[in-house]
Amino acid sequence: MSRRAAPKAAPKANSTAAEGGGAPREGSAPSVSLLGTTALLFEAPGELALASQQRIWSLARETQAWPEVREAVPGMNNLMLTFERPPRSAEALYALEARLQAAWDAALPLPLEGRVVELPVVYGGEGGPHMADVVAHTGLSVDEIVELHSTPVYPVYALGSHPGYCYLGGMDPRIATPRRKVPVLSIPGGAVSIGGAQTGVSASAGPSGWNTIGSTTMSFFDPAQDPPAKLQPGDMIRFRVQGVIR
Amino acid sequence: MIEVLSSAALATVQDQGRKGSLRWGVGTAGAMDNLALAAGNLLLGNDANAAAVEVPVFPFKLRFDADCAFALTGADCAARLDEAPLLPWWVHQAHAGQTLTLGLPQGGAQRGSRAMLCLAGGVDVPEVLGSRSTQLRGAFGGHEGRALRRGDVLRAVGEGQSCRTGFGLVPPGLSLPLQVDGVPAVRVLPAAEYPGFEEASRAAFWAGEWKITAQSDRYGYRLDGEALRPIAPMEMRSHGIVPGVIQVPHSGQPIIQMRDAQPSGGYPKFGTVIEADLWRLGQAPIGSRIRFIECSWDEAVAAQDEVEAWLDRVRRMVDLHRSSPRPGGR
Repeated sequence: MSRRAAPKAAPKANSTAAEGGGAPREGSAPSVSLLGTTALLFEAPGELALASQQRIWSLARETQAWPEVREAVPGMNNLMLTFERPPRSAEALYALEARLQAAWDAALPLPLEGRVVELPVVYGGEGGPHMADVVAHTGLSVDEIVELHSTPVYPVYALGSHPGYCYLGGMDPRIATPRRKVPVLSIPGGAVSIGGAQTGVSASAGPSGWNTIGSTTMSFFDPAQDPPAKLQPGDMIRFRVQGVIR
Repeated sequence: MIEVLSSAALATVQDQGRKGSLRWGVGTAGAMDNLALAAGNLLLGNDANAAAVEVPVFPFKLRFDADCAFALTGADCAARLDEAPLLPWWVHQAHAGQTLTLGLPQGGAQRGSRAMLCLAGGVDVPEVLGSRSTQLRGAFGGHEGRALRRGDVLRAVGEGQSCRTGFGLVPPGLSLPLQVDGVPAVRVLPAAEYPGFEEASRAAFWAGEWKITAQSDRYGYRLDGEALRPIAPMEMRSHGIVPGVIQVPHSGQPIIQMRDAQPSGGYPKFGTVIEADLWRLGQAPIGSRIRFIECSWDEAVAAQDEVEAWLDRVRRMVDLHRSSPRPGGR
């Protein structure tokens, strides 16, 4: 395990070559880092992949039961553990990190297979104001983009960003488009957008740096329900073409 | 009942935050000055997690339509009950019909930026996902999931009930000062991408003063100082973040995530302001300058212990006041 940004008190033995490096995502070892005294961040090595995410789900399930963990929160091939109470010393912290490493080594993929939810999408037009930017960046036609975007079944890797929002895997890299230089102040709930190599659907109105290519109607979150989020990691989204406005 | 008389926006109902819903994409929200809230609740004999009104824009005015004890903590904002001036960090009794006015924060360079109005029993709003804090994105919690506005009516759980008043505290800004070269400071634990920044940038971060720009709010503080340069561009996958995380976007000017921060992000993380010092940041006014102090894990844990020891002393002092015989023997 590489320890990055070790606290000052860290024994040198815990430091690795990664400490001096500028490209922390490389290498084959996972990394553990601190988010203040509030949480630990565990990051799996390698390319973003569903198989890694299945091990993250497995690790989340196990660590959630640890007494020092308040919440195990999966991200994209990573896992944040918030503390019920922070370990009392650097030694106790390292012991927890070692236990986390061992749990990862032992974690078998947890093949969550939830529901497939179909979302009707109107691509382009008023509900997809940045379609032209995706066309310009990819060199593809609107029809090709719609075809490539609506073909996969996208697994929900994790929830985050805002209430009910799903991080999805599986987008075709041919329609990847960089985030916008200037974020849009507010995009509506149901906006279907592309940010870098990822796609997603906003669950409520708010600012976004992603390119909105269409819109759907789906309520992703209801705080009165248990659980409040409609989709869970392992569920899947399929976008059905309801219309294309050119 | 309490009626909001000013149109001053951005006042919100907050408790100690919503813990345990991160996995659904729900951030914690909660009081920017969690210590002011905790102390106010102790002064009133409230539950530790009772909700209060956080006021960041002044003047702010409201009218009590029922007798109600209240405590003012956080920024000292020259409060008046009708015309009578009020001490800050003090428990007061309001009578039906009286108007409370919070003026501009005072105290010169030491002034705070947010007042906490704590009410007897706490603000009576429904608990949503285990908290009464206002969650603006998604619009739930607090008062109708939004900031307060003129004409809103709130109820205090303990209004009309007898409560010991007329005592107060030395604020934590005086009891637990933290400065570097006369500038307010907060302690920071380095985060994952810290080693990925140029050595000169790392040195400048600790040595320099950072201005809190006007683009700062409950979501985050955008800072202005010497730009932080990565050795090479860093691309992060979306991952969990917490209040206090210092992100560095492409501009090189850092952003500190505050209580309304979203629970995940993708910018490189330089460090994290430790939880024990977030209340200091919550009181730092726009336009003011702050310094950062590098700390170790053990120092961060000790800082949290110090905060808890302060709250324990407050608790003991309040117990003494509340259990002493009442003057006049009512």
